[in-house]
Amino acid sequence: MTAAALPAPAAPPAREPEPLLSATDLTVTFGLGSSIAARLRHEARVLRAVDGVDLEIRRGEALALVGESGSGKSTLARALTGLVPLAKGEIRFDGRVLPARRKHSDQRRIQMVFQDPYSSLNPRLTVGSMLAELLRVHHVVPRSEVGSFSRELLGLVGLGEDALPAYPRQFSGGQRQRVAIARALALRPDILLADEPVSALDVSVQATILNLLRDLRAELGLTLMLISHNLAVVRHLCDRVAVMYLGRIIEVAPTETLFSNPQHPYTRGLLAAIPKLSTAGDEGAPAIAGDPPSPLRIPAGCRFRTRCPIAEARCEQEDPALRISADDSSHSAACHFAFSAAGAPAAG
Amino acid sequence: MTGAAGTGAVGTASAGIPPAGTGPMLEVRDLHVQIASRRGLVRAVDGVSFEVVKGDALGIVGESGSGKSMTLRAILGVLPPEARITSGQVILDGQDLVPLRQSDLNRIRGPRISMIFQEPMSALNPVMRVGSQIAEGPLIHLGIGRAKAAERALELMRRVGIPDPERRYRAYPHEFSGGMRQRVMIAIALACEPEIILCDEPTTALDVTIQDQILRLLATLCRETGVSLVFVTHDLPVVAQVCQQVAVMYGGRLVESGPVREVLHDPRHPYTLGLVRSAPDFDNVRESLVPIPGSPPSLISPPEGCRFHPRCKFAEEDCLVTEPPLRLLPGGRATACLHHERCIEAIEAERAAQ
Repeated sequence: MTAAALPAPAAPPAREPEPLLSATDLTVTFGLGSSIAARLRHEARVLRAVDGVDLEIRRGEALALVGESGSGKSTLARALTGLVPLAKGEIRFDGRVLPARRKHSDQRRIQMVFQDPYSSLNPRLTVGSMLAELLRVHHVVPRSEVGSFSRELLGLVGLGEDALPAYPRQFSGGQRQRVAIARALALRPDILLADEPVSALDVSVQATILNLLRDLRAELGLTLMLISHNLAVVRHLCDRVAVMYLGRIIEVAPTETLFSNPQHPYTRGLLAAIPKLSTAGDEGAPAIAGDPPSPLRIPAGCRFRTRCPIAEARCEQEDPALRISADDSSHSAACHFAFSAAGAPAAG
Repeated sequence: MTGAAGTGAVGTASAGIPPAGTGPMLEVRDLHVQIASRRGLVRAVDGVSFEVVKGDALGIVGESGSGKSMTLRAILGVLPPEARITSGQVILDGQDLVPLRQSDLNRIRGPRISMIFQEPMSALNPVMRVGSQIAEGPLIHLGIGRAKAAERALELMRRVGIPDPERRYRAYPHEFSGGMRQRVMIAIALACEPEIILCDEPTTALDVTIQDQILRLLATLCRETGVSLVFVTHDLPVVAQVCQQVAVMYGGRLVESGPVREVLHDPRHPYTLGLVRSAPDFDNVRESLVPIPGSPPSLISPPEGCRFHPRCKFAEEDCLVTEPPLRLLPGGRATACLHHERCIEAIEAERAAQ
């Protein structure tokens, strides 16, 4: 029932000539208040939340962005959506460079679903009026079809018609997240960026939203970028994973490759740190020691070296670039010791 | 450790840590907590009973609104003003804490029971130096001098892995990272050598790598000091990391309890089975997650009979009328399901299909 009103983007061609969305040397900075205090603390006055990121999203794929809080993953997503200005770099979308001020027609093609469905919906608007406003402003459908299209959208996310006259407060958390997804889909986007879409929800409800996202991908051919700190969720939903640390992408690989053959020591630590149902806890050394450094005091050289178990003198001087593996062109990592015997985890 | 009241110590054999004593350290009997709200009386905790053996860690798992945090707060006597214990007992080492006055409880909180909260930034005093906050407990409860208390605080900071304690002693909570703040909370909780520490989602606000550090620290401290833990969380894998025993709560009641591995791998209650099947498991990627249909029950007017029956795929006629008691099963386990054998069938069918 959805195919007519929400046309799926063209089937992916056999060989991808150009990614749907690509970022080159993307940098986002935030200026910080007091300059004197910053100078006294020997800190930079500019916080580089995203620091020279190159990233490609291919049509139809589901890409995951994982990392700890403060790694810049949400800022990267907001920059791609056009919600924060770039300090440097460019974003290409569908073959064109997107200008700093995007046109409405560009805005609607990249949509975002936010983490907290309690604060991202306007409490004073009914679901129906919220959707109608969007559809009118962006001229998605003729006025006479606004009602029927709204109903169709709600059906798509598994809500009934009776949701139209309801206010967000009348819904549970999972239902609100469905409304938020319907709102993002209303503009028929090519890319949906979902920023931690299930982390505010209860465990039993998370599954319904994850299944919904997976079904929408299959049904609409949607390109999805999922931001999550939960690697189990990522493994369930995504084709490719990019790992971020302190504003940089430090490893990119197809999901199963990343999980079975992680190359960056941070990725290895992240995988080891996840509590698992099947293994009992132990008291041994933690997977990664210490706290992530402040983004105001990014270590020179490799930015992970302060917590890295295999760091050497070289890591203090040379900042490793994101390198593509010689054996597997889909796998790249930003570590001097990646894809070599030296970087392999010590046996036992 | 077992979920049923008055059953004595059964089946500690599976626990990784040999119990130092035998009797239960903490026993909760038929606890009822009610909250007055505008829409009516909320039966937040409705007849919960469990025991914690010395040196053991008990995990209480449930979704938001299942009553797990209220149970924890009732044990410590720190319920919100609109909530109160209407009946039941909280027995710590033979003494019932429920009838005690606040002034008597103050002598118990700290030296005998302490608590670690989810959000260390709101649990710590923002205008007091971290070291003084850790030293405060020993100063008041252990009757030692200021210098001795400060020395003890430094030792505790070292023990919970705060680097450079001499310098950090004089720091304020805002100067610490989330993980370090939680270490401070743990140091405060340990300061008077309590018999039992209550943990309310202590790692939920932390990143995975920091959560991993804190969980390992808690496991180590538990073994070294012999302190018992009651660990409330919504995260099943976290329970598997820290606890030997687990109790699952739903709608204000305990629905299943027993040794962690057995309960999580071979549930005997459809709700536990649903929880395990709906969460994406890191080691076991399934084609599709199986959500639990519907939403948690209203605690003002809970469903008749079994509270889980409107969402249960195994529900039968009798589930609608009979409120199932928590019944004992072999191996120190207990379930509040009338048809728990259906879970075994479902798990076996699933294994056969693989």
